[in-house]
Amino acid sequence: MGIHQKTKSLTSRHSALADTFFQLKVLNGNALTDKHFPLFSKKIKEAGFSDGVLKPTRIEIFQLNIGKLCNQTCAHCHVDAGPDKKEENMGRESLEKCLEILAAHDIMTVDITGGAPEMNPHFRWFVVECRKLGKKVMVRCNLTIIVSNKKFHDLPVFFAEHQVEVVSSLPHYSAHRTDAQRGDGVFDDSIKAMQMLNAVGYGKENSDLKLNLVYNPTGTFLPGNQASLESEFKRQLKRKFDIDFNSLYAITNMPISRFLDYMLENGQYETYMQTLLDAFNPSAVAGVMCRNTISVGWDGYLYDCDFNQMLDLKVTSKGTHINDFDLSALESRDIVLNQHCYGCTAGAGSSCGGQVA
Amino acid sequence: MDKKHYFEPEDLKKFGNIGEWQKPMADKFFDYYGEVFKEGALTEREKALIALAVAHTVQCPYCIDAYTSGCLEKGADEEQMMEAVHVAAAIRAGSSLVYSTQMMNHAKGIVM
Ligand code: SF4
Ligand code: SF4
Repeated sequence: MGIHQKTKSLTSRHSALADTFFQLKVLNGNALTDKHFPLFSKKIKEAGFSDGVLKPTRIEIFQLNIGKLCNQTCAHCHVDAGPDKKEENMGRESLEKCLEILAAHDIMTVDITGGAPEMNPHFRWFVVECRKLGKKVMVRCNLTIIVSNKKFHDLPVFFAEHQVEVVSSLPHYSAHRTDAQRGDGVFDDSIKAMQMLNAVGYGKENSDLKLNLVYNPTGTFLPGNQASLESEFKRQLKRKFDIDFNSLYAITNMPISRFLDYMLENGQYETYMQTLLDAFNPSAVAGVMCRNTISVGWDGYLYDCDFNQMLDLKVTSKGTHINDFDLSALESRDIVLNQHCYGCTAGAGSSCGGQVA
Repeated sequence: MDKKHYFEPEDLKKFGNIGEWQKPMADKFFDYYGEVFKEGALTEREKALIALAVAHTVQCPYCIDAYTSGCLEKGADEEQMMEAVHVAAAIRAGSSLVYSTQMMNHAKGIVM
């Protein structure tokens, strides 16, 4: 079987958008479009955040993007991940540094993402070490990696053995919708992988092993009601494939990287930004994930979130790298905001854990 | 106003403005509308699919745009949406065809 790549990475296409500075120019109406949307910081000021500044609450989640290498090349990927990304992957030394930080601080959740994080050769060792420290470990698993190669077939067993929470993207219970975004064959492989996860106890009632799914719209529209989508996903996946899972997180597509490219190519950029803006929800601002998360890049730099990481917007506080990690400075920093932030505050809001308002 | 077409996609956004000329009725209508489309005995998705089918029957381009997005947002896929339109089409076809019984009755009364 296997999957067909949906597209190519922006870097391998030599797209102008591979340059993050260029993406920011587009978002601010200074390249490819002259459309200026109201500044996000102004908008949150109107919503009652003084001076348009957003501060962290407390850092509870240590999110590591351990590399851009991926077996898929999804059309909307905000990481610009793909099989060609062989360089930008976290090495052993940085991972050891992260363990030191985790050991020294009371940050209880480690959220490992990528690319396909399982492709990083140090992945399993790192998970085991985090668990030894008593941390809760979450892995953002794209599902197909499990069936992509024999050496990954035992991942469900490994996850179960170490009580890892699995968070997986499945944009739709229809094969056509899913494959249109992620590549032909992705749906079938995802189904197989979920059945393997179910077989070891993931997503089952009365089991501690959590399998949560991530829904994101397969186009330039907003996600609907999360609870309603969850019940429909549960009904359809059970009916058609006898699959069980715990929760569905509905996430909004961020107007950056490959999704930005897709929109510009299809003349959808301005309409989508306007959709995000029209759906701006002041009560979603307080719950955005940058307030309780710190995001670590493959090279050890620190960011407010995975999106800022992909736009190369580093934290503004003292200590922008894991080598000079300073928790109290980070907890009093100003979060770096830009126009893409509208993706987190539209409708019921959006974060790595789904809707926030 | 340089209006060139009877239907302008931009006009959909002005729907809320109908209250400018008659507010109490508009308010009642929008309250009712909001209540109808809430998750109830039918899910939001089922209601959006019904709305899409009806939009095709009343041939309202605004409603077709709005409920195409609405159906997708609520998690419907293309197959479900097309089936909903076929339901509308089948009822339309059927409701014409069923009158042929009247034609047949009448014809039978006047032919040899
Ligand atoms: S969205 Fe996830 S699975 Fe798809 S290319 Fe990006 S990192 Fe890989
Ligand atoms: S994009 Fe990042 S920085 Fe902006 S609101 Fe969302 S989580 Fe916060």
